Amino acid sequence: MKIRLTSLFVDDQRAALAFYTDVLGFTKRRDVPIGEDSWLTVVSSDDPEGPELLLEPCGHPAVKPFRDALAEDGIPLAQFAVDDVEAEHERLTKLGVVFTQKPTDGGDYTTAVFDDTCGNLIQLIAERPAS
Amino acid sequence: MADVFRALDDETRRLILDELAASDGQTLFEICTLLTTRYRLSSTRQAISQHLAVLESAGLVVTERRGRSKFHYFNGEPLAEITRRWPSVVGKEDP
Repeated sequence: MKIRLTSLFVDDQRAALAFYTDVLGFTKRRDVPIGEDSWLTVVSSDDPEGPELLLEPCGHPAVKPFRDALAEDGIPLAQFAVDDVEAEHERLTKLGVVFTQKPTDGGDYTTAVFDDTCGNLIQLIAERPAS
Repeated sequence: MADVFRALDDETRRLILDELAASDGQTLFEICTLLTTRYRLSSTRQAISQHLAVLESAGLVVTERRGRSKFHYFNGEPLAEITRRWPSVVGKEDP
């Protein structure tokens, strides 16, 4: 079994696509209209054949209370791996991205948490190879 | 003042204050992460949330909502009350 696709609810699919591609640097993979919405996925630009992230409409009534409660407590809904959390924190902050947790040393990894402007908190992680 | 002493009478709550004093303005998630990674505490998020509520009701922690998240801050004012009440005792510690 492999993880092929996972999803995040987003407030607005077009705004989410712009943020996930222009700001975060992902690449659009699929954009198939379904009714008023789209089957909209992005992939890592470093791994275009890797797992897809579905940017899913948030119309279901359970989504808002669920995400509001998690955001209040600062709980991220996804984790993205980067080479250097400090560098990404600096780059994204300059682009106006708000972090709820600045880069934090966890021993053999560093994490940070930012708001994806689409209703989710996202954790960045850089793992240090065991020396 | 009894609330303050009761709030301080717990190692986990003292560690939470240590972490907030060192780096103010943290979400529940960040506090839980630090307690787990730095102190190997295995408390649940709900337990930490309850500890924070005790600290907040004692005035040792204040919260502020910024954006969609709630951030916790250390507030030393109730501790200053101790030095005001027993100034001569506390003062001797620091010649």
